[in-house]
Amino acid sequence: MSPRSAASEATGGRLRPPARGPRAGLLRRHPLARFLLRRTLTAALLALGVTLVTFVLTNLVPGDPAAANLGQRAIGDPAIVAQFRHQHGLDKPLPVQYATYLGNLFHGDLGESQQSHQPVLTDLGTAVPATLELAGAAIVVSLVVGVAFGVVAALRRDRFTDQLLRVVSLLGVSVPTFWLALLAFYLFFYKFGIAPGSGRIAPEFAPPPDVTGLYTVDAALAGQWPVFWSAVGHLMLPALVLTAYTVGLLTRFTRSAVLEVLGQDYVRAARAKGLPGRTVLFHYVLRAALVPVITVAGLAFGALLSGTVLVESIFAWPGLGAYAYRSATTLDLPAVMGVGLVVGIVYLTVNLAVDVLYGLIDPRVRVQ
Amino acid sequence: MRLNLLRRLPRAWRRPLAVCGGLVAAGWLVVVLAAPLLAPHDPLAQDLPRLASPGAGHWFGTDELGRDVLSRVLYGARMSIPLALLLVTLSLLIGGLLGACAGFFGRWVDETVMRVADLVFAFPTVILAMVVAAALGASLENAVLAVLVVAWPSYARVTRGLVMGLRNREFVLSGRLLGFSAWHSLRVDVLPNVLGPLLVLATLDIGTATLLLSGLSFLGLGAKPPTAEWGAMVASGTQQFDMWWMGVFPGLAILTVVLAFNFLGDALRDALDPSTARTIGAEKERVA
Repeated sequence: MSPRSAASEATGGRLRPPARGPRAGLLRRHPLARFLLRRTLTAALLALGVTLVTFVLTNLVPGDPAAANLGQRAIGDPAIVAQFRHQHGLDKPLPVQYATYLGNLFHGDLGESQQSHQPVLTDLGTAVPATLELAGAAIVVSLVVGVAFGVVAALRRDRFTDQLLRVVSLLGVSVPTFWLALLAFYLFFYKFGIAPGSGRIAPEFAPPPDVTGLYTVDAALAGQWPVFWSAVGHLMLPALVLTAYTVGLLTRFTRSAVLEVLGQDYVRAARAKGLPGRTVLFHYVLRAALVPVITVAGLAFGALLSGTVLVESIFAWPGLGAYAYRSATTLDLPAVMGVGLVVGIVYLTVNLAVDVLYGLIDPRVRVQ
Repeated sequence: MRLNLLRRLPRAWRRPLAVCGGLVAAGWLVVVLAAPLLAPHDPLAQDLPRLASPGAGHWFGTDELGRDVLSRVLYGARMSIPLALLLVTLSLLIGGLLGACAGFFGRWVDETVMRVADLVFAFPTVILAMVVAAALGASLENAVLAVLVVAWPSYARVTRGLVMGLRNREFVLSGRLLGFSAWHSLRVDVLPNVLGPLLVLATLDIGTATLLLSGLSFLGLGAKPPTAEWGAMVASGTQQFDMWWMGVFPGLAILTVVLAFNFLGDALRDALDPSTARTIGAEKERVA
């Protein structure tokens, strides 16, 4: 029994359109639309779940936001504490607080940060692009390097190169990110002076005009090349530090995925009929091996977001990780919820993209 | 073929990396047990010259309060390693039990457990652990709890997948037909078949747990200041980053511990993973 037949049986049974009619007809004719609709609904439900979990987590705990946000002297004054709690709606019952939050959420209002006294949406608007720029650069580098390493390791299985790459990839997943960041900062900035300092661009430049929020892209769009190079320079070191873990992860997974495919009959058949090695590798092996790798790349993106919390604090990168840290430690509930929501949405989007990519790469898993 | 003696060793031990990892891990376990005997100084005593660079007197130098970094690194092992082992054991038990129930009973048990696991997976681990740790209040116990919250789902997922594969196999079904209770069947027929992969996961997870826990301490959400803890020591190293030895040595300690367990887990996986074994078989066939 092939997995393909089992899969088509399962999905065929579950996905049958419920009734006739124009809508059902449209969905029947466009399996991708149906798939996307179903996945988006699931994603919306999960995102709702994420807000609920964040809400419960941050509320069912002994920590008191008033204590975390007001100064020592203000805490002593019950009137100020009561006013703070009233102002942020903390004196209402929890279900009411959550319902209020959800109601505001549908209007695009994420509340006001108790720390920055700005709308959380505004805070996120500057923090999210900063982190996406960092994580995006890191994932691109990791994919290129990780997949290349993995393929080479698989092709040279059990030889010296394979062993070497195994050690490299295990080193990558074992090294504490925050320590690597510190080491890189010390060596390349303090000792050798070849890397620029912390932050997103050199202090003498003003940020480029805001289009995408990604400094490199914005500067290039505005034609401000000195700003562009400054942004690239500042991006390089933190992004490379972040890649250590993901390169290790992707190398290991690519290697085993390629090995798995190399043992398949159709690869042997392709070889046997005399196809050149390069054709076999790119058209037969890689195409099938990339499917599991893409899944892991989705997971790796989540790992990158984790890494940014630690790396951003060392490189003073004003991104989501730094914002998450600041708001979590001060129990700034609206901000924590905002971070949770953004992170949940990013994760779900990445997973959706991964599922769509599956179908593009491997026709066997295309939705029926 | 070349060395018949080597072939008799279990597969995992024929790999030099596994032997390496095993030795380093064993070394660290010795340090955990014998830290007071090995450390040249009291890890908390502040009576040494401050910020002395590494030298004959202090191999790893001293920190900003005049404490011996080597002694603190050695004592730090007594924090990180036992806690990581405890964490992995707990998440193995919790995740394994929930996953086994989900896979064995299916239906709403499965749905509930797996949707909760999905929710936890939807968060990057450090961010979720950070929120939990910050919400509970910064302390080592709460950091452990926070890591536990993010660590159990991977065990649940793996166990569920394995159990679902086993649930309808003939030997399990025949047991049930003979009148085994669900619990008895899980214990006798299913458990022995899922232990191997779970053990691999747990070994690899010791490294992950160590990294997460020290990461939380690095952020100031774990061990409290005077305690010798590796993540916290690296954090104080960032405050004085021109005094490289303060951050470098505790970080190296984390790296070696994590690397050792990853070497071990990697070799164990190669030895136990049937899919790799299958490819090895195919490979041999082709060579022959």
